[in-house]
Amino acid sequence: MENRIKALFEQKLQGLLSVYFTAGYPNLEDSVPIILELEKNGVDLIEVGMPFSDPLADGPTIQQSSEVALRNGMTIPKLFEQLKGIRQHTQIPLVLMGYLNPVMQYGMDRFLQKAKEIGIDGIILPDLPLSDYVREYKAMFEQNNLSKIFLITPHTPEQRIREIDSHTNGFVYMVSSASVTGSTNGNAVVNTDYFERVGQMGLRNPGMIGFGIHNRDTFSQACNHARGAIIGSAFIKALAQEGSLQQNIQTFIQSIKQ
Amino acid sequence: MNYNVDDNGFYGKFGGAYVPEMLYQNVEELRQNYLKIMAEPEFQEEMQLLLKDYVGRPTPLYFAKRLSEKYNTNIYLKREDLNHTGAHKINNTVGQILMAKRLGKKRIIAETGAGQHGVATATVCALMGLECIVYMGEVDIERQAPNVARMKMLGATVVPATSGSKTLKDATNEAIRDWINNPEDTYYIIGSVVGPHPYPDMVARFQSVISEEIKAQLKEKTGTENPDYVVACVGGGSNAAGAFYHYLDTPEVKLVAVEAAGLGVDSGESAATSVLGREGIIHGSRTLLMQTEDGQVTEPYSISAGLDYPGVGPLHAHLHQSGRAIFESITDDEALQAVLELTRLEGIIPALESAHALAALGRIGAKPDEVIVVNLSGRGDKDLTTYLDRFELHGK
Repeated sequence: MENRIKALFEQKLQGLLSVYFTAGYPNLEDSVPIILELEKNGVDLIEVGMPFSDPLADGPTIQQSSEVALRNGMTIPKLFEQLKGIRQHTQIPLVLMGYLNPVMQYGMDRFLQKAKEIGIDGIILPDLPLSDYVREYKAMFEQNNLSKIFLITPHTPEQRIREIDSHTNGFVYMVSSASVTGSTNGNAVVNTDYFERVGQMGLRNPGMIGFGIHNRDTFSQACNHARGAIIGSAFIKALAQEGSLQQNIQTFIQSIKQ
Repeated sequence: MNYNVDDNGFYGKFGGAYVPEMLYQNVEELRQNYLKIMAEPEFQEEMQLLLKDYVGRPTPLYFAKRLSEKYNTNIYLKREDLNHTGAHKINNTVGQILMAKRLGKKRIIAETGAGQHGVATATVCALMGLECIVYMGEVDIERQAPNVARMKMLGATVVPATSGSKTLKDATNEAIRDWINNPEDTYYIIGSVVGPHPYPDMVARFQSVISEEIKAQLKEKTGTENPDYVVACVGGGSNAAGAFYHYLDTPEVKLVAVEAAGLGVDSGESAATSVLGREGIIHGSRTLLMQTEDGQVTEPYSISAGLDYPGVGPLHAHLHQSGRAIFESITDDEALQAVLELTRLEGIIPALESAHALAALGRIGAKPDEVIVVNLSGRGDKDLTTYLDRFELHGK
């Protein structure tokens, strides 16, 4: 079967909206309801965060949601149990995102096989070095038909961007500025030069912009420079609002898309 | 067996640089330059002069007569407590601040546990006129108040880390996040032999002056540069790395690494990583790590803020796994006992961290003709409140 991420980028050329949420937040059993509700509201791709005790690349919002999720009892086996059977309900592309240590303890081999069984399409592990991936894991990812998505930043040199692009399939995750997640710089997505530079490189993979995208303005600016954008912290804040999960998701996604 | 770092940044299977892409360029810049810069004659000259005239090196190697009598062996103390700022930490910060200057960085960040590394960083920043931000766990700010005051005096900004256990691990997380947010102008002075390659190797090299001096001093005093044992405490492991460094390839010198058992290794309140840890990734390095079955980092505990860390430097993980070093764990109570013992026998008040190394003397079983060097990594001024409480000396 064709990888759903690849299919998505073939079908839809611009304005793709990807949403990140931390599995197990606000409540342990919310993972599947959140996925289904996001799809219903027209989100194109979903990143399911696997909470970690020490999320180095994340700002306070995702740190706190991770803490709550872990306290609620979220683990990789628990998440897999929740997502089992998800493909009977939705065909939206799903990406698992988390830090290397919990995956290493679960076992990379077992993790990738299980992800494939469930129908996951891609994996993001920000602290897995490219060199380790190429040497030890790339073949395993390919066997399981899983995209490995890598990050690039405004400081990544051209040669390394090309190297990353050559080992990525799915999309290139363009970190908008030098920051952890959830930093917002008013309403401006400032790094136009960087986006244009990457845009002109003619990469094999489409680009998605993330970090600091938090409302309609920043989303639409990002979409002018890449195939789409990723929202994480702002969505997690929306989930913490009073009201039902359904209402909160609907209100937030509409505020981005309209 | 090779105990030094290999070309890929590994000690055996431990080490490496497991950092998100946001830090890749910074770590890579350092990796490509650190050995080159350290080898420059001007760099060495500037560093050696500061170590001599500013830090006060060489520190004495002191034959502790009464302590030796008590244990019926020959005990020498390497007096790192006599360094400027009161601990070995400044050996490393002097080196790294010169590195930061060579790399053109203007803003310095650091993490600290007991506050000794924070003070040592704030000190060299004052000396060089550079901005200094120190991340420190909220719990540690509380229990190491004198060092917080010193950092403020020196003009540093102390930022409390309020996540997780609010100790050294969390302070390190915050410092790394700061570095992600400020990749261009900022240099991160890591205080221990932890973090992504090349930090563990660079810090070990800056601390290696300790064993370099021990060799020369012991030769002068005993006629041989090799003791039978070198004993040092290990949190992240920088003072131990420095004390072991020039003995790594001399197997007849037994290396003893002493970890904090807290309330006991089986109590659930401990920081003895070699006993309780499994292989994993923390702060950019593959090493031994205290963690749950699911790979979540667990909260360590020790009375000593400087040893209260759930991991251990990759060099030490390798020394443990290869059997090159003997690992001991010492409880809070045993360490406190050792504080009182050294104070009353030798008139030296040690830091809580260093007291863990002293407390291992009874475990070693050295013979009357053998020689033990204990690295006395720091002095106890910062721990006086704890000591007065625990020894019930208030109002006496």
